[in-house]
Amino acid sequence: MTEAANSYKDISTYNNYYEFGTGKSDPSQNAQQFRARPWSVTIDGECEVKGTFTLEDILKPHPLEERVYRMRCVEAWSMIVPWVGFPLADSLKRFKPTSNAKFIEFRTLVDPKQMPGERGSVLDWPYTEGLRLDEAMNPLTLMTVGLYGKVLPNQNGAPLRLIVPWKYGFKGIKAINHIKFVERMPVTTWAKSAPSEYGFYANVNPAVDHPRWSQATERHIGGSFFDQRRPTLAFNGYDKEVASLYAGMNLKTFF
Amino acid sequence: MTATTRSLLKALVFVACLGPAIYLLVGAFGLWGVSLGADPVQEMLHTCGNWALKFLLITLSMTPLRDLARTTFWLRFRRMFGLFAFFYVILHFAVYIVFDQSGQLGTVWQDIIKRPYITIGMLALLLLIPLAATSTVSMQRRLRRRWTKLHRLIYVIAVLGVWHYWWGVKKDIREPLLFACALAVLLGYRVYKQHRSTAQVREVAAHSRA
Repeated sequence: MTEAANSYKDISTYNNYYEFGTGKSDPSQNAQQFRARPWSVTIDGECEVKGTFTLEDILKPHPLEERVYRMRCVEAWSMIVPWVGFPLADSLKRFKPTSNAKFIEFRTLVDPKQMPGERGSVLDWPYTEGLRLDEAMNPLTLMTVGLYGKVLPNQNGAPLRLIVPWKYGFKGIKAINHIKFVERMPVTTWAKSAPSEYGFYANVNPAVDHPRWSQATERHIGGSFFDQRRPTLAFNGYDKEVASLYAGMNLKTFF
Repeated sequence: MTATTRSLLKALVFVACLGPAIYLLVGAFGLWGVSLGADPVQEMLHTCGNWALKFLLITLSMTPLRDLARTTFWLRFRRMFGLFAFFYVILHFAVYIVFDQSGQLGTVWQDIIKRPYITIGMLALLLLIPLAATSTVSMQRRLRRRWTKLHRLIYVIAVLGVWHYWWGVKKDIREPLLFACALAVLLGYRVYKQHRSTAQVREVAAHSRA
């Protein structure tokens, strides 16, 4: 990535995290008291090693690395973010998925006392996301615990979130407390809320518009008023690394 | 109330109506610590669109207010509120063209014909133009009854505007729903009044026959 990352301030004050409110600045205002530690993650489903693990258990074996990724929101804006994390694949291997494991399902904590957005029903809680096993195992897929070399701020999904840089941002589920290996494609939150607008795959694709708006271009956050919209790149610019995952699939059908 | 206090009050209301535009201007230049956030273009779009709708609803509130408060005082402000609705609609559209779409008229046109929520927003803007153009006292005098008829278009415009907002939001429809409810009350009031006066006319007619 040759381009400069967005500022810490922009990344940590402009968030879609409906558990803390639907406004972009709601999460940074409402997540300050959130207790991201102590934390535990339940692992179950089609795997040999199951159980509830402390966050420290989950993180311990993995050296952390910085990954500067493009972030493309389904709302047609984008940022560049220096995340800190480790490949999801390394973590998943520890739990020894069985041959039945075809997909991974992730869930966010449900705690309406701490997460005021969950007191309403704008989405179905818990927020649920999913990846095909090969997508989860792709080296780009990042279990994320930090931002700009610091511990991940609460509003960005502390203590543990997913980053899948070739997919729309909503695939990057936050505050994960449950990972399940499953045989069938999970029903994911946005796809459930509006099946014609959001699909399971949600790969960034300038050729497939959202039914209500174009996905051909994006507004890059942090520029000047007079910046042109940028053309959106297939797979958000990661086509070399991931296009082969979808060989032979009609991406208009599997959006 | 003397003429001086009246014009002073009018000036105050005028400045207050400019508030959102001043906020955007100050925020755009980052003066006095005012900021429009990480996505200032979006903030401008939403603020203008939001206030355009608010001013449409405020304009539509003046007649019920007159009936309820039994004073025509606020009717003096109705034209100003209506024109501010137009002002914020034009700003909304200008921000969309100049900043959001970087002046690419081709893509703007594609949006207008391909995206239904933009189509109806555009329609609402176009319908507002004749109302703004005929808003002067002299036009009102010249057109007489036709003026009243023409300006009933505001009901259609308000419906299109709220619909445009509703259709444009991703998921959280609480605010557009609030606007829709307010509009339903304001339009419902007019239907109720119309119905009641028709009923009264009928009653009077029935009595006079008897």
